[in-house]
Amino acid sequence: MGKIRVLVGKPGLDGHDRGAKVVARALRDAGMEVIYTGIRQTPEDIVNTALEEDVNIIGLSILSGAHMKLCEKVLKLLNEKNAKIPVFLGGIIPEDDIPELKKMGIAEVFGPGTSLETIISKVKEIAGTN
Amino acid sequence: MYNKDKINEISEKKKQWEETTLKKTLEKFPERKETFKTTYNEELKRVYTPEDIQDIDYLEDIGFPGEYPFTRGVQPTMYRGRFWTMRQYAGFATAEESNKRYKYLLEQGQTGLSVAFDLPTQIGYDSDHSMSEGEVGKVGVAIDSLKDMEILFDGIPLDKVSVSMTINSTASILLSMLIAVAEKQGVSQDKLRGTIQNDILKEYIARGTYVLPPEPSMKIIVDIFEYGSKYLPKFNLISISGYHIREAGANAVQEVAFTLADGIAYVEAAIKAGLDPNVFGKNLSFFFNAHNNFIEEIAKFRAARKLWAKLMKNKFNVTNPAALRLKFHTQTAGSTLTAQQPLNNIIRVTMQALSAVLGGTQSLHTNSYDEALGLPTELSATIALRTQQIIAYESGVTDTIDPFAGSYVIEALTKDIEEKAMNYIDKIEKMGGMVKAIEDGYVQKEILNSAYESQLAVENNEQIIVGLNKFTVEEEQKSGSILKVDPEVEERQKEKLKQLRKERDNELVKKNLLKLRNAAENNENLMPFILDAVKSYATLGEITDVLRDVYGEYHEAVIL
Repeated sequence: MGKIRVLVGKPGLDGHDRGAKVVARALRDAGMEVIYTGIRQTPEDIVNTALEEDVNIIGLSILSGAHMKLCEKVLKLLNEKNAKIPVFLGGIIPEDDIPELKKMGIAEVFGPGTSLETIISKVKEIAGTN
Repeated sequence: MYNKDKINEISEKKKQWEETTLKKTLEKFPERKETFKTTYNEELKRVYTPEDIQDIDYLEDIGFPGEYPFTRGVQPTMYRGRFWTMRQYAGFATAEESNKRYKYLLEQGQTGLSVAFDLPTQIGYDSDHSMSEGEVGKVGVAIDSLKDMEILFDGIPLDKVSVSMTINSTASILLSMLIAVAEKQGVSQDKLRGTIQNDILKEYIARGTYVLPPEPSMKIIVDIFEYGSKYLPKFNLISISGYHIREAGANAVQEVAFTLADGIAYVEAAIKAGLDPNVFGKNLSFFFNAHNNFIEEIAKFRAARKLWAKLMKNKFNVTNPAALRLKFHTQTAGSTLTAQQPLNNIIRVTMQALSAVLGGTQSLHTNSYDEALGLPTELSATIALRTQQIIAYESGVTDTIDPFAGSYVIEALTKDIEEKAMNYIDKIEKMGGMVKAIEDGYVQKEILNSAYESQLAVENNEQIIVGLNKFTVEEEQKSGSILKVDPEVEERQKEKLKQLRKERDNELVKKNLLKLRNAAENNENLMPFILDAVKSYATLGEITDVLRDVYGEYHEAVIL
């Protein structure tokens, strides 16, 4: 496949976008095509953009604690549109929520302190299996 | 401070020392790094001497506490008179639960309140709005109407406890609610003490909870200044915030520069509206971050204070000393806390808090050690408060004012940060001012570049973070219990709203909202109209909708 296309999205009302932006830049520097949505996107916005931009993978960044509801919505919408785009998540995500998120269909969860290198290689791996 | 001959002698001696004593050691034991740098990429010298502060004039540049340029502090006695306000930022779930946490913190010796609002409240959505889904009560307390505010401050005497509210785009509404609750408690608004953050520019730069475009946002802030200068003499009407700018990735110089540049924009807007900076200048306050680099941070606080006094004096001809003083709240740096080995965060917070105290802060929040994982528990919040109390009562650093003054490196860095921040401020001025620089994305880009560089430094092990890229352990010890907000909170809050809309005088609400709309369309001061709407139990979302409708909404240009 050609260049991996990634959508980095910030669903919900949280405006802390340092992590999302730094990850977006790192993925771009790693040779991927990155679309960053900016803050305060609805799950609908994110899924629509992902489809329009024909991305291989979606990354979500959520720090406000709203991750369960927002991830569920994004995955549901993708499912409804029959889009098989893997989704990874970063932010302040309590350890105990991770099994449930994975069960829901989130491909990977990156907590605080994850190195960019780890994120880049995981994204390549997940997008590659697409 | 030194005469020329003495400086020459020191320079000579230093050269000798470098060629003899130092050289021998370096040959045998090279230093840990090629270069040592500040966060803003300035090379730190091996050792500082009187040479480095020879251009500093004690009386002019440093002076005495409580006097211009306030380098050594804004009060003549500082902590010998009274400690800083210990003000832990708290709030979660509903007004009832947050009220309990406030009472607990006050019992534990906290001396002021600091209210954290949830994101819907910060962005002007009621709890039952579709955008609020999943966010209600999460990062702060959910406030939909005056009713919630009455519960929030139930049993808390507003004439005795000062209240700080971290609220920006909806600050006019929350301030009105506070005034209304105080009135109900029999406390007239002129007795209210506290601060509203009310700093919209940093929302566009770093934090993202804006609603309206910059121009009407600035207008409403000036409305608050005008109203507050008249009726709320003891209240800080803005807290110009570098905290979030630093959290977004800025270095120490950028933190000072962008914060003071925001401050200039507010002062200019207020002057343009006919307000006197000698009057409203007293009600300005600032908010800084206490980051990891201990020495640099102390210098940063001193530099900010000095630079602001100079700017107010020289740029705006302010003569009232009270309007020249930069008073500030400090919070330790949330973004430096690690999820790995979380108990280490207690030590990080202690050092950061100490730098704030040595830098002369008026008010302090210490973060809880579990904040890289979730909201603080009662235990972690208590330890955070105890950290401040130990610094205050046990460390001895509070017994003499500005104890690091005169340190060669502290004074040299204070000057360096002041100068470099001033360069940024001049540059922004040339670009057409801060609002323009933000609209062009210049400020955001500068911050992102710094954020990316510092992340790369961690990746390359140039920057060591204990427990993260060095001294790591295989099996992570987790912090134990994390506070989680019950999803039921959202439902309960929606139910309360439904009830409110049934019980209140809806005709009166409608009338008040219409009056507010007319006032907005006719460019009047909105504060009296918002206050009336709030008192009739119009909701936060309803009031914000009127403003959204009249002024439009802001959408940022995405910058990467």
